[in-house]
Formats: sequence, structure tokens, C-alpha cells
Amino acid sequence: MYTASDLRKGLKIQIDGEPYLVTEFDFSKPGKGQALYRTKMRNMITGVQFTQTYRSNDKFDRPNLEERNMQFLYAQDDEYHFMDTVSFEQIFLTKEQLGDNLSFLIDNMEVQVLFFGERPIDVTLPTFVNLEVTVADPWAKGDTSGTDTKPVTVQTGFQLQVPPFVEQGDKIQIDTRTGSYITRVKE
Amino acid sequence: MLTPQGLQQRSDLLQAIRSFFFEGGYMEVDTPLRLPVLLPESNIVPFASEDWYLHTSPELCMKRLLARGCSQIFQICHCFRKEESGRIHQPEFTMLEWYHKGWGYFDLMRECEALLALLCRLLPQMPGLSSEGTLSWRECRISLCQPWDRLTVAAAFRQHAGVEVDEVLKLGIFDEVLVTAVEPKLGRERPVFLYDYPVALGSLARCRPNNRQVAERFELYIGGVELANGFSELVDPEEQRHRFSLEIERLRGEGKDAAMPETFLADLALVGETAGIALGFDRLFMLLMGYSSLAEAMPFIIEEL
Repeated sequence: MYTASDLRKGLKIQIDGEPYLVTEFDFSKPGKGQALYRTKMRNMITGVQFTQTYRSNDKFDRPNLEERNMQFLYAQDDEYHFMDTVSFEQIFLTKEQLGDNLSFLIDNMEVQVLFFGERPIDVTLPTFVNLEVTVADPWAKGDTSGTDTKPVTVQTGFQLQVPPFVEQGDKIQIDTRTGSYITRVKE
Repeated sequence: MLTPQGLQQRSDLLQAIRSFFFEGGYMEVDTPLRLPVLLPESNIVPFASEDWYLHTSPELCMKRLLARGCSQIFQICHCFRKEESGRIHQPEFTMLEWYHKGWGYFDLMRECEALLALLCRLLPQMPGLSSEGTLSWRECRISLCQPWDRLTVAAAFRQHAGVEVDEVLKLGIFDEVLVTAVEPKLGRERPVFLYDYPVALGSLARCRPNNRQVAERFELYIGGVELANGFSELVDPEEQRHRFSLEIERLRGEGKDAAMPETFLADLALVGETAGIALGFDRLFMLLMGYSSLAEAMPFIIEEL
């Protein structure tokens, strides 16, 4: 159990049977008045945000959240199937749940899947992934400006800006938090 | 955390405040921080010190000094309040508290104006102050020119939240409405005194002679920050005993310890008409320095100890 005085930015609490992440927090206490805990929260399943003010005697359950190492196996229709690398149990997440992660997800990738009880609700990708460039304009040799970038498409269909020397067939490292190019990878 | 330069500015402010009170005929006092019984206040949680308590304000002992015959006293001391930690709250903080016999709460409002006017004159180098008497704090530009605004609680709730105070009291959401809808709008262009509180929210304040539902209590707000809380003091021991019994009942209902402060009540009959006020020294320093949080204005915060 948490009480309102435990509330802080980043805390995960359970309300009406669903997990919430505290995204903003402020303590207020008018003179001679009671302590008020003002929060902004995001439902970790639906993404819906709301603000709420709590009093010090308000209590919250701890959500049963667990991260497991899993490997991405395959996609079928809108279902993305993953396997627990320890127990070999298989689960799937929907396209909607994966959201922007799909820009970087490739077969056999090892990821962290967040479970709320038995229910998978979110995925954390490795911070850096190596993806193959599938579409790139050829480098116009002689262009020595050095500061220019050009757009390329990688194997997942994701597009990003890279330095002009990157060519089709190269592997590049991308930061999955920002979607930005890090370096060209030699294999 | 303060640099040596910041500590010097804090020292300068302490000195300027003391000079204001000495010139006004006040005596500085220093009363015990550790007491066997505190004034029962339902929303303030004390720290225990063995089987006594660290005081949450110097009010109890200062009023007993008034009963002893002192007529104008001030004190700058540390106070301790458990479970208060936030952008403008710290569990240990410095309070400036003063009492003036023969005065009412409107006299204290004028004295707050005079205090800030002197500080502007003595401390023009404070980073938040400009030469034309404007305080810059966060996104606010606050003119300190007098007179400051005076607004009743009822009018403020109507004006800023569009609700009647009686309604929100009935619903039990006075604090929520005050904090979310009213306070953020207070004192943004010039300081404002919010005054005449519902009597349940001023257990140590005298009622208005013509309205028993309203206590002669005010709060000074600057830039949305509650800076000082003053009263026409309640000095009738029987009425004070009744108000305390309501607070004690509420505290015990929450499973907390509370006792009637008998020595205080015995002295109260000797106090006579008085006005008193507590001002958050760290908050004042924070405003004058242009800091956005209390932690920046203090010599140490808990995390550094």
C-alpha cells in the first residue's frame, strides 16, 4: 500500500484496478489547511492522462508490475508474438500497444516486456539497435560540405536523416529513444 | 543550498528585519523550541522529541510572554512540521513571528506593507527587486507600491473560482478550491491580503463582532505564495477552550495525540486585545532572491544532511 505522502514523480500506483504512472507532482498546504498532493498521471495501459488532487489519508495499491526478457518471434496480422527467453512462454502484444516501437522492432530482437499481473502492457527496446538501410540515394561524390544529411529508409520502413556517406545495404545504429542516427556499423 | 554570497544576503535580510522591529519599539524574544504540550491544530503534525514535541510555531510561548506583561515582541526561530515537503515547504524552516498589543488585524496588514517598504529601501541589491519597487518572481512582475490589495475570502472565491465559500465548505473542498483555483491568482500584480476566513479555519483568531461565522484572520500572498498569516488574537479563554476542544476531537478522530494546553489557557485571560502574525522567513528570502523553490533559499536542505 502507498499513502498520498509517498506520491512523487515516477511512482507507479494502482487505481480502480489499473496501473498509473505519476508524471507530475506538487505538494500544497494552505495555511491552517490540510496537505494536498496534486498529481498528473498517465494510465499505463490506455495512455489516458488526468490530474487529481489527493489528501494525506488517501491510499493506493501497488500495481503488480514485472519486466521480463523476451525475444520477438513474428508478427501475424496485428499481433506481435514474443517468447520468454527463460520459460519459453509465448505472448503477444497488439500493433496499437507497440506504437512507435514498431519503427525499430526486427525478428529475434531481445526486448523487455512489462507485465501488469499476467497481462503484457508495454515493451522497452534496447536503447541502441542496428538496422539495415534499404533505400538510400547514392552519395554524390565531390559533395564535401560535410554538414549535409540525407533521408534513408531502414528495413522496418522507418525513415531518418543520416550523413551522406551512408549507402543502401549499410547497417546503422539508431537511438530508439529519439529515433536518431548514431553511427555506421561494420559487420 | 546557498553560496557564501547567498548566505551573506540571508544575513543582511535578518539584520534588516531586526532593525525594522527594533525601530518600531519591539523586543526580540527567544522561547523554547521543545514543549510538553502544543496548541492543538488539526492539520499540523509535530515531531516528537522523547515524550515532548518540537514546536510547530512559537505562538504558545509568545502569548504567555504577552500575559506576563510584554506588549510588543518579535521572534525569529526555527519551526518543525512533519510531512511538509515540497517546492515551497520544508519540514524545518525559519519563522518570523510578532505580536502587538492593542492592535487588530488591519493594523498588522499596514505593518506588513511598512516592513516590505523598509526592506526595499535597505536591500536594493536583492536580485528580485528593481529600483522602482517591482519584485520579479518566476513569471510575475509584482508592484510593491502601497497600498496593497485587500480581498475577503468570500470575494476571492467568487471572483477567482466562481463559487460561494459556504458551498465549498458544505462540500468539504475549501482547501482544494483554494489551492487549485484561488491561490494561483493571488498577488500576481501586487501583494494581496486575503482576509475574513470561515471561523473553523481560524481557531486562534477572534470572530468579527458582528458575524460569528467569520474569523479576523488574514493571509498575505505575493506571486501566489502564501507569505504570512495574521489574526486579531482570540483572548477569551472560554471560547478558546471550546475551539481547542473541536480541534482535539478532530485530531483524536484521526488517531492522533492531543491535549488541552492548560497553562496557555490560564495565561490567556491576561493577554488583552492583541494582533499577531507569522511570516515565513525562508519564503520571503526566496521571493527577494528570485529563487523558484524554498530549497534554494535555505543554508541546508534535508537531502544534504
